[in-house]
Amino acid sequence: MPEAMPHRAAIWNFLFGRLSLDSLPFLQPDLEGRIVLVTLIVVLIGGLAILGFVTKKRLWGYLWHEWFTSVDHKKLGIMYMILATVMLLRGFSDAIMMRAQQAVAFGPHMGYLPPEHYDQIFSAHGSIMIFFVGMAYITGLMNFAMPLQIGSRDVAFPFLNNLSFWFTFWGSILFMVSLFIGDFSTAGWLAYPPISELQQGPGVDYYIWGLQLAGVGTLLTGVNFVATIVKMRAPGMSLMKMPVFSWTTLCTSGLIIATFPVLTATLFLLSLDRYLGTHFFTSGFGGNIMMYINLIWVWGHPEVYILILPLFGVYSEIVPTFSGKPLFGYSSMVYATVAIMIMSYLVWLHHFFTMGSGADVNSFFSLTTMMISIPTGVKIFNWLFTMYRGRVRFTVPMLWTMGFLFTFTIGGMTGVMLSVAPADFLLHNSLFLIAHFHNVIIGGTVFGVFAAVNYWFPKAFGFKLDEFWGKVSFWCWQIGFWVAFGPLYILGLMGVTRRLSHFDNPALQPYFVVAAFGAFLIAIGILAFVIQIGISIKRREAYAVGNDPWNGRTLEWATSSPPPDYNFAFIPNVHERDAWTDMKKHGYQRPMEGFNTIHMPKNTAAGAIIGVLSFACCFGLVWYIWWLAVVSFVGVIAVAIAHTFNYHRDYHIPADEVRKIEHTNSWQPDTAEVRA
Amino acid sequence: MTVKHLRGLLLLPLALLLGGCHLVLLSPSGDVARQQSDVMIITTIIIALIIVPVLIAIGVIAWRYRSSNEKVRHDPEWDHSPQLELVVWAAPVLIIIIVGAISWIGTHQLDPYRSLTRVAPGKPIAADTKPLEVEVVSLRWKWLFFYPQYGIATVNQLAAPVNVPIKFKLTSDTMMDSFFVPALAGQIYTMPGMQTMLHAVINKPGQYKGFSANYSGAGFTDMRFSFDGMNPQDFKDWVAKVRAQGTDLDRSAYDQLRQPDRNAPVHYYAHFESGLYTRILNRCVDPGQVCASQMMSADAKAGHAMQGMPAPADHVDAPSSGNAAAPAQAAKTH
Repeated sequence: MPEAMPHRAAIWNFLFGRLSLDSLPFLQPDLEGRIVLVTLIVVLIGGLAILGFVTKKRLWGYLWHEWFTSVDHKKLGIMYMILATVMLLRGFSDAIMMRAQQAVAFGPHMGYLPPEHYDQIFSAHGSIMIFFVGMAYITGLMNFAMPLQIGSRDVAFPFLNNLSFWFTFWGSILFMVSLFIGDFSTAGWLAYPPISELQQGPGVDYYIWGLQLAGVGTLLTGVNFVATIVKMRAPGMSLMKMPVFSWTTLCTSGLIIATFPVLTATLFLLSLDRYLGTHFFTSGFGGNIMMYINLIWVWGHPEVYILILPLFGVYSEIVPTFSGKPLFGYSSMVYATVAIMIMSYLVWLHHFFTMGSGADVNSFFSLTTMMISIPTGVKIFNWLFTMYRGRVRFTVPMLWTMGFLFTFTIGGMTGVMLSVAPADFLLHNSLFLIAHFHNVIIGGTVFGVFAAVNYWFPKAFGFKLDEFWGKVSFWCWQIGFWVAFGPLYILGLMGVTRRLSHFDNPALQPYFVVAAFGAFLIAIGILAFVIQIGISIKRREAYAVGNDPWNGRTLEWATSSPPPDYNFAFIPNVHERDAWTDMKKHGYQRPMEGFNTIHMPKNTAAGAIIGVLSFACCFGLVWYIWWLAVVSFVGVIAVAIAHTFNYHRDYHIPADEVRKIEHTNSWQPDTAEVRA
Repeated sequence: MTVKHLRGLLLLPLALLLGGCHLVLLSPSGDVARQQSDVMIITTIIIALIIVPVLIAIGVIAWRYRSSNEKVRHDPEWDHSPQLELVVWAAPVLIIIIVGAISWIGTHQLDPYRSLTRVAPGKPIAADTKPLEVEVVSLRWKWLFFYPQYGIATVNQLAAPVNVPIKFKLTSDTMMDSFFVPALAGQIYTMPGMQTMLHAVINKPGQYKGFSANYSGAGFTDMRFSFDGMNPQDFKDWVAKVRAQGTDLDRSAYDQLRQPDRNAPVHYYAHFESGLYTRILNRCVDPGQVCASQMMSADAKAGHAMQGMPAPADHVDAPSSGNAAAPAQAAKTH
């Protein structure tokens, strides 16, 4: 049931709901208040600097017309990547705070964070890293690369794509706002009841509505990508000629469509419990916490495959490109991906073997979990045999891929250990588990994202990323990962459980100190990545490359870097897998005459406006500002309906214009030196 | 950073490890945990049979076929081989069949609901052995242990004689916790209105650490208890001590006890109100509440169980105070 309102005149409660000055943590005199205050000041200074810069340079119009209202999949992809990087800094700050707390909170020292604050930090860390870093990164990559790979001009529903981005964006803003107004959930990244039902205040509600926004955005993205891949592939590109990254995008989108509605429904039931006093997940009146735990993992387990499959696709592009060979066992790779997609629905119970389901049920889920490692193992072998008899070039994307192969394989091994139900009774919820899933998520997803960024950056911007800082970033991440999580594996075997904010046993401290040092190394890795981007932008003239700097194999390398709005002046005809390699082999010459008008979707402000309104609606719901929630919800519906009457959704680029673009664009074939 | 530094960093955790820390999961003191640990070690070795060669192959192949190496055969067209692909699928399948069989057998043999058949390797349980029964309630944020055979109860201290099977029945007052003594046996969740079970045995006398392995809010970090494995005589003395020093655990004392607090000290109860554990499990500790078990039997008979039910308490404000109905199968006592 909604909680009691602050004691004050009714008009204030009407206007501000349960929001009051007491809800602002930075006004509190305690340590937590100070930390939040400093953070707020830093964010304000940074934010004002950015706003000032944009205003001074008169960039608002440019940003609005060229980016915020854009329906171009490439620009949306880049915006997702920027959002994810910013959120990575936030989620990583949480990680550093946790490591620092656990490194000092021993014996008489309670550390600098009280449990209530520490609990918020690990809850925020987990949910931000999954929803606004991992999901945003993979959505960004799929958005940017998939339509280019399949030789399409845009996605099937360009406006929907823009709307998805704004839903995700405003979901992340809701999470960020919880830092400064109110507090955040202390219920962990999956908000298990009863904690998520018992916690007073707006924390869990921030979590719920932030995820509802992002979740709807992701679901729409999944629909969009499936439609795009099914309907908009270049002529001749049968499914079995499609690049593997596009295949993994298809499978990931299928997973999204099937699982995100479960998340939405589960969170909706949780919010009914919290707002209306229903009893879906209480321990009385017919409710059951086990139901929530099952439902959330029915979404949650496929979710981890949503996070890894696109990166499997990335590696499947990078390894052949830098080995100068086609991917070994393409069909195996595709079937393995599809097998993983289907089987990921059959393993969710392995997250709670210890709930007392009985030996038969546990055995079933133990076996399905192990079986999913078979197609994953096949993939590792296939990448291995792709390098075999190839010419492996150790560029930065390839380095990240090598790092992935080592790290992820070991993570896979500890994963199989955890899937053995009797062993899981010992390892469950321990730091061993924490080390394992960071092992696969960092080793698989994060390394893959960095590989992909280094790989596709020249395509997106026309210049390469700095190699030196890329390597610094790689080695800091690679070494930092093991220094940070190696001790956690050992601590897990010592029977240390997760989410503790204080320890009695001083013998454990050295391990946590080492882990904190590892986190520090990773911090340098992140910093090096930011420097890498900055330096490369500064030296973009020197780092400029042509359209195909890596000697690529798929269609995205067949167009200009950066690609024009319409991607391809002529949609290519596909005859073989690795279509671009095939075209190059047959001496493809880019046509410079005979252009036609191109039909393109038009930018629209509707997505940005709906995004802002839905943020206002969710903010109103979090704080019980009912008038705001109602007004903005009506606004969302009104704008959506109004948008259906917008008949000016498309335009044509005249043939002359296309000709001009194609001739001015840097169409330089890459020299061998650049490629090496 | 040179390779030497790098290796130093990688070896640092190992050096600390050799410094004498006890990897309890690899050398537990209870027979159940030891078997679970054995399963873990055996499966790890089997998986390593495929993982280690793969890790080596990744390094060797990538380095051998580096683009600058002209001494090896390059074949830029080679992209499939039915034989190799068969191996690629068959190798992991084989490993998983073996590991899967071990997991299947282990999951059934070490099912926490199953009574023990031995107290140690080669030591089957004598026919007349009566297991020690312990009823466990997780509270915010402490542990309450009932010993129905002795009529005593304790907070945050659990004791058991060595080599005697222990039969735990577990539930929770409010939160979802996980009862875990790593040296004794794998963990099991405790949930309000539901009962889980665990069978275990401790083989070596000593003081072991027990705690909740499932996060349950602000006091979770301090939710620890001591598990003492004792020689039979010591255990008898301990029971006598609890009887001598303990207070009485009636409903009002329980109401006091269930209030959330952190770092609760060890406390002994010489007596407890009969049926208190069953009432906690069925969520009817307070007078006037309908027990879930009665509710369910009434439901089963007539389906008019809502009559006579107390007015619902607000579940957000008073989670543990009212709700009589509990999930149908879950609250049945096994």
